[in-house]
Amino acid sequence: MLTVVFTRPRKWNIFFRRLFEEINGIGINSLPIVALMSTFIGGVISLQTASNMSSPLLPDYTVGYITQSSTILEFSPTIISLILAGKVGSNIASEIGTMRVTEQIDALEIMGVNSLNFLVLPKIMAAVLYFPVLVIFSMALSMIGGWMALVLSDLSTTETYLFGLRAFFEPSNINYALTKTVVFGFLIVSVASFYGYYVKGGSLDVGKASTQAVVSSSVCILIANFLLTQMILL
Amino acid sequence: MIEVKNINKSFAGNQVLTDINTSFEKGKVNLIIGQSGHGKSVLAKCMVGLHEVDTGEVLYDGRDFTKMDRVQRSEIRQEIGMLFQGSALFDSMTVEENIMFPLSMFTKMTKGEMLNRANFCLERVNLSGKNKLFPDECSGGMQKRIGIARAIAMNPKYLFCDEPNSGLDPKTSILIDGLIKDITKEYQMTTIVITHDMNSVIEIGDNIIFVYQGKKWWQGDRKSIITTDNPEIMGFVFASEFMKEIRSSMREKRG
Repeated sequence: MLTVVFTRPRKWNIFFRRLFEEINGIGINSLPIVALMSTFIGGVISLQTASNMSSPLLPDYTVGYITQSSTILEFSPTIISLILAGKVGSNIASEIGTMRVTEQIDALEIMGVNSLNFLVLPKIMAAVLYFPVLVIFSMALSMIGGWMALVLSDLSTTETYLFGLRAFFEPSNINYALTKTVVFGFLIVSVASFYGYYVKGGSLDVGKASTQAVVSSSVCILIANFLLTQMILL
Repeated sequence: MIEVKNINKSFAGNQVLTDINTSFEKGKVNLIIGQSGHGKSVLAKCMVGLHEVDTGEVLYDGRDFTKMDRVQRSEIRQEIGMLFQGSALFDSMTVEENIMFPLSMFTKMTKGEMLNRANFCLERVNLSGKNKLFPDECSGGMQKRIGIARAIAMNPKYLFCDEPNSGLDPKTSILIDGLIKDITKEYQMTTIVITHDMNSVIEIGDNIIFVYQGKKWWQGDRKSIITTDNPEIMGFVFASEFMKEIRSSMREKRG
């Protein structure tokens, strides 16, 4: 399937138009859910860390440090990707699956259009290009959420939290997170497209394909996360 | 002209088409008829490459489609228009965008030229002014006509229509049949219609192929199908009591 997807588009202007549509559809439209999740989970991470720090040997800025490292290393790239697997993956599988059962894909093929290239390549490129933007946005909002939760609960001060965020900061962790995100974006879209494109039957089967796409892409993300962590961090 | 030579097709060991040999002539409405499940849609899908044949050849004016790779097939497919049973219009596009889609993919026309062509095709199917509607805002008959407009947008040499009358009332069916017939004559296309609608058979069938149990059982025109004594054809054409009465009264008249 992927060898047919990654062929030269017949017309670049149509490809770029489709790419921007997909960036809007699967990227920009995901901003609200990413913002909501990131802010609240950032807040919860910092509150739980603060509530579990009973040892006087641990400095106060530890809360900021743990929020920063857990957000950058795991929460933003992996958890947000799992959420996107649910939102974007099901959307892609049902969109392409519906096109399959209503013969729209056959219509493309009969016209001489490479349907896999036309439908799937812009989605993969949109995910690979825009998911990192979403993850950086998520990192920022998660840390802001942590700060709001701590300051509003009087558990820490802004200065201490900011000091913790900057403490032991490793810029390479950002590269690691973005590399993971690119891989996850590719997996989400390609797995969902596979289930949608090869669906057989009617609307019920499109629903099943959509569910299978979410489950399979989530499992792929978890396995890829483990392998990438082994390869990059260790 | 499209020639089909010794086509065999099976699915998971179940033989669906057996040694089909026939030809479809230019400028004629060629019908593939038969009962549901006897292989007529599979035959059409084999001809356009949506199913791969097990053995056999499909020749488009002498060019063997079955031996071609994806790129070569794409070239031939630009000469094919197809009307699908469910119309298969792109539901995210307006009527006008649906018709302009193949033009934008395969021609160097400007937007104005594509728009003119779309308007011409819409006028040809009596749907002028419906440019900005979306497919779900159109009736079944309108969707079929938009499907025809999209199919003829590229001036195809070959037109395939998969059950163009399914789900339509008799009056709209006659309209669609007439449109297919007129377009075929006007543009001298090789038209293939898959149907089990007897009105279509009588109205537009220049060349009729009857597929029975995956084999080409009979071939003729709309006059000979009425008079044939082939029992399987009679069972198909004169399935209803009404048609049986018509046949017996025709025979009585002939003495």
